[in-house]
Amino acid sequence: MSYSKPEFKDKYFNFINGKFVPPVGGDYFENTSPIDGSVIAKYPRSQKEDVENAVDAANAAKEAWGNTPAAERAKLLNEVADIIEANLEEFAVVETCDNGKPIRETLNADIPLAVDHWRYFAACIRAEEGSATELDQNTLSMNIKEPLGVIGQIIPWNFPLLMLSWKLPPALATGNCVVLKPAEQTPSSATLLMEKIADVFPPGVLNIIHGFGPEAGKPLASSSKIDKVAFTGETTTGQLIMQYASKNLNPVTMELGGKSPNIFFNSVMDEDDAFLDKAIEGAVLFAFNKGEVCTCPSRILVQEDIYDAFMERVVARTNAIVQDNPYDVNTQVGAQASNDQYEKIQSYFKIGKEEGAKVLTGGEANKLEGDLANGFYIKPTILEGHNKMRVFQEEIFGPVVCVTKFKDEAEALEIANDTMYGLGAGVWTRDAHQLYQIPRAIKAGRVWVNCYHAYPAHAPFGGYKKSGFGRENHLMMMSHYRQTKNMLISYDKNKLGFF
Amino acid sequence: MKRVEITDKAAEIVKQLKTKHGDLIFHQSGGCCDGSAPMIFEKGDMYLDESDILLGEVEGVNFYMNQDQFEYWKHTHLTVDVTEGRGASFSLEIPLGLRFLIHSRLLTEEEASFFNPK
Repeated sequence: MSYSKPEFKDKYFNFINGKFVPPVGGDYFENTSPIDGSVIAKYPRSQKEDVENAVDAANAAKEAWGNTPAAERAKLLNEVADIIEANLEEFAVVETCDNGKPIRETLNADIPLAVDHWRYFAACIRAEEGSATELDQNTLSMNIKEPLGVIGQIIPWNFPLLMLSWKLPPALATGNCVVLKPAEQTPSSATLLMEKIADVFPPGVLNIIHGFGPEAGKPLASSSKIDKVAFTGETTTGQLIMQYASKNLNPVTMELGGKSPNIFFNSVMDEDDAFLDKAIEGAVLFAFNKGEVCTCPSRILVQEDIYDAFMERVVARTNAIVQDNPYDVNTQVGAQASNDQYEKIQSYFKIGKEEGAKVLTGGEANKLEGDLANGFYIKPTILEGHNKMRVFQEEIFGPVVCVTKFKDEAEALEIANDTMYGLGAGVWTRDAHQLYQIPRAIKAGRVWVNCYHAYPAHAPFGGYKKSGFGRENHLMMMSHYRQTKNMLISYDKNKLGFF
Repeated sequence: MKRVEITDKAAEIVKQLKTKHGDLIFHQSGGCCDGSAPMIFEKGDMYLDESDILLGEVEGVNFYMNQDQFEYWKHTHLTVDVTEGRGASFSLEIPLGLRFLIHSRLLTEEEASFFNPK
């Protein structure tokens, strides 16, 4: 079964104060599909004035929204979830068109997960409570959680609707108003969502601004009228956003990528069974979403005594990957999201080979035919080398994995932790001790144990080291969007006696 | 001897950006999405300190990289190039529909002993 490119309007607008409004300056940019290079639509090239309008609308709405009962806020979040779910196929096709990822991923992962994140935070806000402590017989310390106010959110292009659904629900559930800027590569699903949910929230509660980083992202991140910035992206922009926030003494949360190790101990090959089959798939998950995942398991570490036998099967499984038209439900790996990513990945092939990395499979672009000839396809690639090579240290953000071997647990950990980043890691073993001790010794916020690439709501996700800070997908994210109001109450009728 | 150079095409874009924005710097980013690419900003926009290594100058623009990233890059020679594309960072060329990118090669023996003396 195959889908085809969906219909789009010629141009779309920002969503500010409950209405679709054209950019003040009247400029638009053209958005194209990485599947075939064809035009999708024009989107607003917003400037500072547009951002200010959105921020003002959010500020005007924050008092009423912050005082809206949690039951009502939760109800609206659930409405959004129901609307996305009822239109799942439409969202999936738009996402595939804009991002280039295969339709089987958007149908089965991106969109259903997005739905669940809205429902999860709708549930959280109903279930959680403040706290009160009797400090002594006459003194009560009461903690009431209050929204921060207006949140600026800047999200990436690798999972457009899902990243939006990681960011918006905890901020809205806790009574904040939001101005969100989708990535300029993938503005379509956020726009479709606004069309479907335009009337769900009161005007100003949720605002979407399109445009380029230096023109729209920077004014949003540096606005003195917002109370917090949440960002997913790379380190340099992360540093800049923290700088701008520091001028306003605003809190930030950052999710900045990684170079995640996926470690296979020799016990995985003790049996040729379902678990070994799962482990091999776990290694090949580097190609999931064409490697455009912050937690891409982009370094495979294999114990030396099983290295040859294990990698033979990993290479065979990688060679069986179907890379074709992303609209086809049988396609497993689609097109990279943009031309510059496509070029960047190929530049890493070149330096990797110069550094002495051996290409076990792939190592070049995949020229597809017909309509897809203008798309950005890269063959799933395995490079063999050592951890000091640049291809082992830098986030390539393509379907590219680097593999090396280790002797024992100590060496596995040394290699795993020899990276600037600490977002994700995978550990595969049948040894009960390793199952606990190895994940504990890895400096990363999420360690998948005998699995990989699962992102359920209710499991906190975030980085160590240069991968950022903050924990999304979990009720602890709500604390990143709130103040604590402490009321210290005396029930003592008698004076202190000081004066 | 230069550790970082620039293609004519990229130099042309840098010139354009200087006319519009004044003095600029390059900073090599790491991390996901639009990372692992050089970004160009107005001088003074990004806070730099001794943890940012100055690799050289291209088209009158200083090129920096953070120390911990530099440790893994220091055996390579970089060339700033430009390609059509759309990044989501704050880099100033993005509104032009262009993205700077890096081509790398290993330093020659002569360059290596010059830049990284043992």
